[in-house]
Amino acid sequence: MSADKNDHSPESHDTDHLGHEGHNHGSFKSYLIGFVLSVILTAIPFWLVMTGVLPTQATALIVMAFAVVQIVVHMIYFLHMNSKSEGGWTMLALIFTIIVVVIALSGSLWVMYHLNTNMMPSTHDMSQMSS
Amino acid sequence: MSATAIKIDDPNVFHLEEEPHHEEGSSTMLGFWLYLMSDCLIFAMLFAVFGVVGGNYAAGPGPKELFDLELVAVNTAMLLFSSITYGFAMLAMDKNKTRQTLIWLAVTGLFGLAFLGIELYEFAHLIHEGATPQRSAFLSAFFTLVGTHGLHVTFGIIWLVTLMVQVSWKGLIPANKRRLMCLSMFWHFLDVIWIGVFTFVYLLGMVR
Repeated sequence: MSADKNDHSPESHDTDHLGHEGHNHGSFKSYLIGFVLSVILTAIPFWLVMTGVLPTQATALIVMAFAVVQIVVHMIYFLHMNSKSEGGWTMLALIFTIIVVVIALSGSLWVMYHLNTNMMPSTHDMSQMSS
Repeated sequence: MSATAIKIDDPNVFHLEEEPHHEEGSSTMLGFWLYLMSDCLIFAMLFAVFGVVGGNYAAGPGPKELFDLELVAVNTAMLLFSSITYGFAMLAMDKNKTRQTLIWLAVTGLFGLAFLGIELYEFAHLIHEGATPQRSAFLSAFFTLVGTHGLHVTFGIIWLVTLMVQVSWKGLIPANKRRLMCLSMFWHFLDVIWIGVFTFVYLLGMVR
């Protein structure tokens, strides 16, 4: 694959057109695989929530797990992420972003949850606030 | 810089004798990816806001009274279809088939418009029922998060139309291919964000 060779020495392939510089656009097959997987990974959570066949907690966990898997599927089959494109810099940027996102999300939820539970006004305060 | 210009006994040479040649736009894809990652942070903050205040209904309507999951499922399908049709446009572009590329781009745009139309219909329905962004913290966060995504899709469609005009004028020249690849990343990225939206806002809202 020319795309792989390009990654380490992009300047050595002057004649190669831009479309193949560290980026492969996948094939018809890979897009189809990604699409079918996405449909399955979307349909099951919707079906679970709409029918409510499982207990609430189990449904929530499965729905979240399916979302994570589907995001990975999209990254691989639609965004063509791999550890080699652009000499690994796209993957590095992605990992950095994921770390920041996880810290920001978990931090916000954690801190604000405790703030909520510890500073929850008593019923007396509530009635004062609403009046 | 030729090699003769550098003295042999000069100990402090911090540059290469010959700079490697970089093709025009060779770093565009990486730069655009970095932009998408920063965009990802914007959405992460909006998700965090929704996660924190998503349960504050202020005695107003909650997700169970407001959301129509069937509509959301149709919307999700629209975005998913638009993702694969954009993929087909990229495959046609790889084979240098201008006409086929344009047709697939048009199909992608139509799916995008359908998505936007359904979303605007949903928003109009919510506002009509009195579930405006001002009603509760939950609704403010909901409209900000979903609205920001919708705004991205809007700009994506404007970009798509612009590129269709460019491709029909100048054909699939390297610059246009590069632009199409950037939009491809943008479009698929929006689909990834939508996975988060329908999971955390709609589905988990219904089971909360």
